[in-house]
Amino acid sequence: MAEIHLNKVCKSYGDVDVLFGIDWTIFDGEFVVIVGPSGCGKSTLLRTIAGLEKITQGEISIGNRVVNDLEPAERDIAMVFQNYALYPHMSVYDNMAYGLKIRGLEKDEIERRVNHAADTLEIRDYLDRSPRQLSGGQRQRVAMGRAIVREPSVFLFDEPLSNLDAKLRVQMRLEIKNLQQRLGITSVYVTHDQVEAMTLGHRLMVLNGGYVEQLGTPIELYEKPATEFVAGFIGSPSMNLLKAKISGDGTKAEFSDHNSLYLASALPSQANRQVTIGLRPEHLMVNKTSQANMSIKVNAVEHLGADTLAHGEFEGCDEIVTLRLHGIVMINQGDILPLEIDPDKVHIFDTETGKRLE
Amino acid sequence: MAVASVETSIRTGSMTRVFLYLVLILFSLFYLLPFVVMVLNSLKPLSEITGGNMMALPEVWTVEPWISAWATAQIGIEPTGLSPYFWNSIKMVVPAVAISTMLGALNGYVLTKWRFRGDTIFFGLMLFACFIPFQIVLIPMARVLGLTGLAGSTPGLVLVHVVYGLGFTTLYFRNYYMAFPTELVRAAQIDGAGFFNIFWRILLPSSGPIIVVSVIWQFTNIWNDFLFGASFADLDSQPMTVALNNLVSSSTGVKEYNVHFAGAIIAALPTLVVYIVAGRYFVRGLMAGSVKG
Amino acid sequence: MATTLARADYRTRLQTILPKLVLSPSLALILLFVYGFILFTIYLSFTDSRMLPSFGWVGFENYDKLFRLRHWSVAVSNLAIFSTLYISICIVIGLALAIFLDQKIRGEGVLRPIYLYPMALSFIVTGTAWKWLLDPGIGLENTMHLWGWDSFTFNWIKDRNNAIYTIVLAAVWQTSGFVMAMFLAGLRGIDNEMLKAAQIDGASNFQLYRRIIIPQLRPAFLSAFVILAHLSIKSYDLIIALTGGGPGRATEVPATFMYSYTFTRNQMGIGASSAVIMLMTIAAIMIPYLYAELREKD
Repeated sequence: MAEIHLNKVCKSYGDVDVLFGIDWTIFDGEFVVIVGPSGCGKSTLLRTIAGLEKITQGEISIGNRVVNDLEPAERDIAMVFQNYALYPHMSVYDNMAYGLKIRGLEKDEIERRVNHAADTLEIRDYLDRSPRQLSGGQRQRVAMGRAIVREPSVFLFDEPLSNLDAKLRVQMRLEIKNLQQRLGITSVYVTHDQVEAMTLGHRLMVLNGGYVEQLGTPIELYEKPATEFVAGFIGSPSMNLLKAKISGDGTKAEFSDHNSLYLASALPSQANRQVTIGLRPEHLMVNKTSQANMSIKVNAVEHLGADTLAHGEFEGCDEIVTLRLHGIVMINQGDILPLEIDPDKVHIFDTETGKRLE
Repeated sequence: MAVASVETSIRTGSMTRVFLYLVLILFSLFYLLPFVVMVLNSLKPLSEITGGNMMALPEVWTVEPWISAWATAQIGIEPTGLSPYFWNSIKMVVPAVAISTMLGALNGYVLTKWRFRGDTIFFGLMLFACFIPFQIVLIPMARVLGLTGLAGSTPGLVLVHVVYGLGFTTLYFRNYYMAFPTELVRAAQIDGAGFFNIFWRILLPSSGPIIVVSVIWQFTNIWNDFLFGASFADLDSQPMTVALNNLVSSSTGVKEYNVHFAGAIIAALPTLVVYIVAGRYFVRGLMAGSVKG
Repeated sequence: MATTLARADYRTRLQTILPKLVLSPSLALILLFVYGFILFTIYLSFTDSRMLPSFGWVGFENYDKLFRLRHWSVAVSNLAIFSTLYISICIVIGLALAIFLDQKIRGEGVLRPIYLYPMALSFIVTGTAWKWLLDPGIGLENTMHLWGWDSFTFNWIKDRNNAIYTIVLAAVWQTSGFVMAMFLAGLRGIDNEMLKAAQIDGASNFQLYRRIIIPQLRPAFLSAFVILAHLSIKSYDLIIALTGGGPGRATEVPATFMYSYTFTRNQMGIGASSAVIMLMTIAAIMIPYLYAELREKD
């Protein structure tokens, strides 16, 4: 079991910088997810932990051992790859046993470990088959089996579910979560899928352009996104991010002449400044009775069954607002909906820096 | 063959089709004729050739010319037939093909899976080496073989063919390994496999087709080479092509055409057999050596 | 801790240099036997080498002599005739056969290997076969006479003015099937959807080929041109086997010129300078091509 410390980790390819001073401590037994859009450096970061890429600056330690100069095989890690990376000419058994053989383990021990892992993953029946005879889900299990037999102190996952269809993905997601809980092995998981990230991780790192946007639990990320980027990235449908001006007394955010909302606490420091207001679609409510300060004119409605999504514009400005209403709600195109929101659920961001304002 | 089997959706009328078939068959006659006629005439006694029609079937079938070409015909000054030269060619081709293919595989492996700064320049240098006119290296090569005592020997020819075949074998394996998932190499690294273990256990078992392509290409090229054989071999190492040329162009005595033909067919046989058995890979090698890999 | 670190250090370093170590024999061979030799030959071309290399510097004298040699200008103009005809005929035949074969031809699987097999033969074998076919005494001409066509004459191979065309004939026989395979691969790579769309637009077959298909074969044309050009400059074996450069010097080309000046006439300096000219010609064609190919891939 092991803690992982990343200390000012930088990576560049020639003149191109990919990672900018990543600092993070991953606790023993923790399941963390690195999430971000493609090209944000998340896979590179994972590969530097694995030792498949050498870092240009900083320090990585696993279990109190600095591993900067260690080969991947010496870092006591196992990795599950996006395309499974099963050796095509070896049987499932040999795929799982290959690393153990190289390590010089006894034959009996190898057999014990492979069989044990196969039982855990319910792939015992396929041990003699070749990978190309297996379905996507089965290959995925073999890839995990190969990681488990090593009994490593760290698991690394590089978008392992992205090649599965939606239904299987949900199922495997649960299995990975249960497995990690049972084995209690420190795990780092990379994905671009925010739902996967939210459901799997004890904690998440949101990476964007090689910088850490935010570190935190899924709930922290949802409730208090540290930046405009995180706010837009986490949650589905994504948060409405609207340009607004803070009123002279700092109590109101004004979208246009007729649309504004009161803030939970006044922001006198931002008076008369341009800010970005974040409103989650699921937090917006339609209230026909109150004297609402905001209203939208609906121009599209989507019925999802469990929810109804309505898209509309504020009168007097062309920003699109999406709201998500529970259940089936009959709304028509062209309806004017008066909206309100709990002031505690309003997020305010500095338009220039993208940082959260409190 | 290597070409994909997606056929065009162009439609043609029946008159056009007759014309198409006619042209295609005419051309196949054009390609077949020289060889077929050569085979027919290699089975005739000499008198039937000089006095008769080359298109005619033999009146007397005989394998005498073949035996003569193989065992007794005058090559240069010795009446040895082509057989010693056939073995010279084998002794030269087998090691040269094996070594150049192995080195090419290793080069391709490094150039795709262990990339380093300047690897493209290295590959460019190797690639250009495939296309130089060999006249540019003849003089220094003769010198170096002479100085190292390899002149006129089979090892000398093996060296020459390895060096000038390396570019092609590297090209084949590089292009092939480009498409080989790097993830597998990464997985093996994490499994603890080192440089050579990954090559032997992970890449080579999947390299069957490209090894065949490389072996066939090298075999055909080296077997058919004339320039290097003519320049650097002596009697004990002369390959088949040189011996055939000596046989055919010897100016003494009667021209035994039937023996010449039998000799030419014997010289062509190994590469023809390879072509018939593994034509698919042969074409693939040709294409990989020219069009994009 | 210290020892494990040292060990790790050693292993890491070994792993980082191993790939380069593995490449080094090949690099050494290529640097010495290709580029070193090229430099050496270039150097020799500026010396007074005769039978053996010698190192008396003579500047451009060899090149000066070379370009004044009647023998050399014959070789160059022969090569010009040969390569122009060889390349264009191969491309025309190759393209035509490829287009014809691409019309859902029954028996394509039989025809294709027949077109291609000459490529597996040695030029010496090809030369032997054609030398005799073209021999007026016993070959085609004789056959036609025996069949009753007495006025038929086909004695190019013995004719100074026409012998070079027999080389074109044999070379086309050997490689046009290969060009066909290149074009066929190109044709099979063309998106059929697009053809259907054009057919719906009312394009005739001829228009389809002229406006849509052939323009898309540009890469295949380029590759075919480059390969054929380089083959034609290197042609040596075929000429030796078919005509031996004769009659007289009628089929001499730079490749045979270089060989005879260097090794039989003991004019190594001039031989070297002719080899340099050949290299430069090929380099002018190949380097831009390879550069573009490599850039595209990276």
